[in-house]
Amino acid sequence: MKTILILILSTCFLITASAQDADNILNRVERNMSSDNRIFESSMIIHGNRVSRIITSRTYAVGDKQSFTEYLSPAREQGTKMLKLENQLWIYSPSTDRTIQISGHMLRQSLMGSDLSYEDMMDDRKITEIYDSKVVGTETIDGRNTWILELTAKVSDVAYHTRKMWIDTERYVPLREELFAKSGQLLKRTTLSEVNQIDGRWFPMKVVYKDVLKQGLGTEFIIISVKFNQSIPDHIFTKAALKQ
Amino acid sequence: MKLAIKLAFRNLIGAGLRTWLNVIVLSFSFVIIIWLKGVMSGWDQQAKTDMTNWEIGGGQYWHEAYDPYDPFTFSDSHSPIPGEFRSEIEKGDMEPYLISQGTIYPQGRIQSIMIKGINPKQSIFMLPAHKLDTVMTDAIPSIIGSLMARNLKAGIGDRVTIQWRDNQGTFDAAEILITEIFTVSVPAVDQGQVYIPLDRLQSMMGLEGEATILTYRNSETPVVDVPGWTHRPKEVLTAQVDEMIKMKTTGQSVLYAVLLLLAMLAIFDTQVLSIFRRQKEIGTYVALGYTRRQVVGLFTVEGAMYAVFAALLSAAYGLPFLAWQAKAGWTMPVDASDFGMAIAQTLYPVYSAGLVVSTVLLVLLVTTVVSYWPSRRIAKMNPTEALRGKIQ
Repeated sequence: MKTILILILSTCFLITASAQDADNILNRVERNMSSDNRIFESSMIIHGNRVSRIITSRTYAVGDKQSFTEYLSPAREQGTKMLKLENQLWIYSPSTDRTIQISGHMLRQSLMGSDLSYEDMMDDRKITEIYDSKVVGTETIDGRNTWILELTAKVSDVAYHTRKMWIDTERYVPLREELFAKSGQLLKRTTLSEVNQIDGRWFPMKVVYKDVLKQGLGTEFIIISVKFNQSIPDHIFTKAALKQ
Repeated sequence: MKLAIKLAFRNLIGAGLRTWLNVIVLSFSFVIIIWLKGVMSGWDQQAKTDMTNWEIGGGQYWHEAYDPYDPFTFSDSHSPIPGEFRSEIEKGDMEPYLISQGTIYPQGRIQSIMIKGINPKQSIFMLPAHKLDTVMTDAIPSIIGSLMARNLKAGIGDRVTIQWRDNQGTFDAAEILITEIFTVSVPAVDQGQVYIPLDRLQSMMGLEGEATILTYRNSETPVVDVPGWTHRPKEVLTAQVDEMIKMKTTGQSVLYAVLLLLAMLAIFDTQVLSIFRRQKEIGTYVALGYTRRQVVGLFTVEGAMYAVFAALLSAAYGLPFLAWQAKAGWTMPVDASDFGMAIAQTLYPVYSAGLVVSTVLLVLLVTTVVSYWPSRRIAKMNPTEALRGKIQ
């Protein structure tokens, strides 16, 4: 009887400890990945069935709430600008000289034909606020030890009911993430690599998004350069900046 | 008049091959015009019958937010089935549909679809919905149209993954098992549509007891004003067919005009030639006491008689042809499924008495006018010189 009681208590303790650990891990990941503000240039390589497209852009971001992206190439996309303020998103197209707000179900559309949707960029709630998390195991990815975290939605209005994250145990950087449907079907996989130390934080410079139900190589997102904690003028995060 | 008809008949028979050439050309116009109009009429009837049997029943109630041309409205177009319709639904005289947007992944490809939840026991539509009435734990039973099956490269018994978002926006995915493939000429029922059991879709979406469209069986059903729902009578739902038929008929009028023009040109030429060659005859008529008007009338009746002969000849070979067409139908040489309209690959012409009579009258009228036109010259002729056969 005594042994059973000890076993039950130990299991409860382990579960609580695991949940706390998972939240701690996620908080440390968040501290690593987010910053007050950042400016980065990136390339998005969208692999199609026949050809791949490369779209380069420069992004100014303050926290997770505000961001401004200007597309630099190819010529077709050059001058397109995107402004995100809290839960609102506007896109300016130079060919029509018009700014349109992407809202409602339009947010579910693909971002420039990639494996990402506009909505994927919009959810700026803290992951620990919308998911219950626990450590479910460990694994080695490319020679790096990782914790495997399982996240289950604790609110109903989330896109993915369950997520799995592989977190580097030393650098506190996610190296892989899998997004699942309510039924448990794997939908998307994100692979993060080329983790560099920048301004004292570890940061993945390459992210590959893959819709696993779809054929193809997915979409690669490569950070060409990134600067943290810069001074970004406030006027950038206004609609007026889109037409400039 | 009787004499004029008698004379005209004799003159036409006497003219021999010239008359028959004109009559043959005109009879072609008759048959082709009646056939084309019959095809249009058949299409109209087939499209509306198929739409009734497969898509719209006797009329529908749409959720007020639903707009079939705006997929962004679909996720908000649902609400509980109004209590006013409970008894009709229980009797099977009304069927609720729930519509949701989704994605299908056939062989790793991605394709947008409409997932439609339908009652497997329904009897309003010709959809083989009973094939959905099966218990399956590892897949959702589904039926699709033959066009959709061709696009998906899928057959009966195949499994394909579909993805959708529930009413909270959370992604979900499952496999469907295709239990039946049906063939229909209404693209809106086939292209991009996947049918699954209604209760299954309601549960997948978290929308138990809700619907997007309510279709009733009998078009005579009294209209009930239900808040949040818009009544769509059958005439409104088939208006696009009427518009398309009207547009096509206008386009075809050009063809009718060309056909008639060719026939009328022949008749016009014959009339001009007759008046030129039969000047002595015209002079004689006048000398015998015919007024100029009577002579013009004689020539006009002669011309109009081409149409009568043509109608008789058309009946001789056109009736068997048109009857055979009504039975065998006309299969379009191009794939009708790409038209985006409720159009069958084989159209069966439908001829009404009104169609035949109106066509005969139209051709008769045009022929009479065309015959009269050159005959007016007779009124200007000098009878003495005409009698001498002098060219005027």
